Amino acid sequence: MNKIWLIIQREFLNRVQKKSFLIATIVVPLIFPAIIGLLVFVSKQSEKNARKEVIHFVDESKTFLPDTSRFVFKPFVGSLDDAKRAFNDSEDFGLLYIPTYELSKPKGITLYTKINPSLDDVGNIEHLFEAQIKDMKMRRLNIDQKLLDSLKTNVNISTVKVSEGGQEKSSNSGILFGIGMAGGILMYMFIFIYGAQIMQGIIEEKTSKVVEVIVSSVRPFQLMMGKIIGLASVGLLQFLIWIILMSTLTFGVLGYFGIDPPQQQAMQQMAPEVAAQQAAVNSNVISGINEALNLPWAFILFNFLFYFLGGYLIYGALFAAVGSAVDSPAEAQQFMFPITIPLLISYMSLFMFILKDPHGTVSVWLSIIPFTSPIAMMGRIGFEVPLWQLVLSMVLLIAGFIFTTWVAGRIYRVGILMSGTKVNYKVLAKWFMQRG
Amino acid sequence: MEALVAKGVTKRYANHTALDQVDLTVPEQSIYGLLGPNGAGKTTIIRIINQIINADSGEISIFGQKLNPDHIGVIGYLPEERGLYKKLKVGEQLLYLAQLKGLSRNDALSRIKVWLQKFEVSDWWNKKVEDLSKGMAQKVQFISTVMHEPRLIILDEPFSGFDPVNAQLITEEILELKKKGSTIIFSTHRMETVEDLCDSIALINKSKKILEGSKKQVKAKYKTNSFLVEHRGTFNLTGSQYSLVHQEAAEDGLLKSTVKMNGDGSPNDLIRDLIQVTEVHSFLEKIPSMSEIFIALVKGESHE
Repeated sequence: MNKIWLIIQREFLNRVQKKSFLIATIVVPLIFPAIIGLLVFVSKQSEKNARKEVIHFVDESKTFLPDTSRFVFKPFVGSLDDAKRAFNDSEDFGLLYIPTYELSKPKGITLYTKINPSLDDVGNIEHLFEAQIKDMKMRRLNIDQKLLDSLKTNVNISTVKVSEGGQEKSSNSGILFGIGMAGGILMYMFIFIYGAQIMQGIIEEKTSKVVEVIVSSVRPFQLMMGKIIGLASVGLLQFLIWIILMSTLTFGVLGYFGIDPPQQQAMQQMAPEVAAQQAAVNSNVISGINEALNLPWAFILFNFLFYFLGGYLIYGALFAAVGSAVDSPAEAQQFMFPITIPLLISYMSLFMFILKDPHGTVSVWLSIIPFTSPIAMMGRIGFEVPLWQLVLSMVLLIAGFIFTTWVAGRIYRVGILMSGTKVNYKVLAKWFMQRG
Repeated sequence: MEALVAKGVTKRYANHTALDQVDLTVPEQSIYGLLGPNGAGKTTIIRIINQIINADSGEISIFGQKLNPDHIGVIGYLPEERGLYKKLKVGEQLLYLAQLKGLSRNDALSRIKVWLQKFEVSDWWNKKVEDLSKGMAQKVQFISTVMHEPRLIILDEPFSGFDPVNAQLITEEILELKKKGSTIIFSTHRMETVEDLCDSIALINKSKKILEGSKKQVKAKYKTNSFLVEHRGTFNLTGSQYSLVHQEAAEDGLLKSTVKMNGDGSPNDLIRDLIQVTEVHSFLEKIPSMSEIFIALVKGESHE
């Protein structure tokens, strides 16, 4: 076992010391937050500059209107007619006329605009008034500001949709869709990239003829497993670095643009109106992030790692068997077909079935069959997979990789010592049957 | 004690038998040549000894012990199909291979340094193998075979692919290793190396061992009691005791004859009889070369 450890170390160091590893490990996580950062930046910029609209107001009632991130309120001193004239000459968004009104029945508040204002804008302004009037009423009832503030409670209702089958589905399926898609695609890429690396490594050992020197010191099976595990650890390391870098950078970027992670947001009890306004403006981004952060990340991460390892081992062993049988990557093509098919099926099903209907029959079975489960389960993982399905899928995955490793080991031990032979499936079968 | 004893080793594949009841006895501290035409089964038995593949039946013992995984560190193996990791540096490569053979990191380091110094290539430590010339890589390969000081060294076609300079270097090393106590088994086609180096040989043909023994024994067994005589003037030997196999003209008007003794007589008898009929200039027992024995046996087999 000491020797298998040596091989794992060697394989690990070989890959990690390569420049390509360093580049891929650092560049990929930069791209992701860079895109998010860019999007946030653009939307923030447009909020700040282009969209901040000026509303002039003629106030006969002394209502205090706080600026929002959408509007700046500028008092106009003079009559309404003067104001209208001035407004017509200006490029500003609107003119708000606030007559004296009764707190119980505010009437006559009018917004003049040159273009039809959106319902949102009107609603927002109405909310402003409502909040102001409510505060004024409270004060009139001798309720002081402290009490007023303490009455405000933030309630986040999580929306859950109950489908006909009685299955619950969080209504923000956009995020879950995204996670399923990202997880599935990432899995697909990882299996292919690292599987191909196993194959390449083995072909290299075979063509450089070093393999017989090595197998005179270790069992062929040890060499194969050492290689597979060594590369798996490289994959895991890369994945972990990505996760850490990406989350650090993502939060860094969000922090820089002033979008606080929701935990802090919850603590901000100050200026509820402002917060409400801000929330309204940033609602898309923030509720998205909020939703994302409230997901069971540890659970998803654990499953990703489990299915990554399982899927990688299942396919890695097959890639190893192919590598051992051929003398060049070109020759490997003919054996790639049966390996690629289940991967492609699960990849395509990810979009055709799994993400659309995570609990459909096809999706369920694809996520249980070991050859398709790594990708299929990633697609479903956010959507509350029943425990029995998860357990069955995991057990089958473990059984699956023990099986493929066994089959691959039998082909490998013969294949690596055979160079220059014309190999087809019949020959592989013969090798498989051959005694030690 | 014998360095290696194989008894009834048999290996069958689906369509053919690679080894059929092969027995071998390799004396300790000797150089043992494993001969045979291509496809005879030499590499198969070597792989079985190295535990790369398993025999179907038969037993092998090394220094009196039944073959087991601990023997990996006892054996140094240079396969016919050999190579190194191209992208690895010489030092790392040797260190890795030595550790796989069971050496500790520190032991491996010090021994590799000794060997690199010995071959005057200490400055190669940080060179990648792909940057070495073929001859340089061969030296590294040889070091990797012997750096763990194996008691049994198995070289499969060691001279194929080695340039003459390295072949000579390796020949010297082989002799020195033997002097230090190692036993060397090598398979080869090159009969002159067998002639020069080997103490004992085994000949394998068509999966079977057809000949084994010390070089002297083998030659004695296959000598034909023929003598090469250089003489002046023709002669006629009477009687059924001798037969004249061949006669040809040599330099200075001499003749060269091959005379075979049919009986049990000693060379002295022949000389005595010869000097009565001709003027003898030289007299030499004709001992078959390994190459002749090899060809005769292998051809004889295939004629059956």
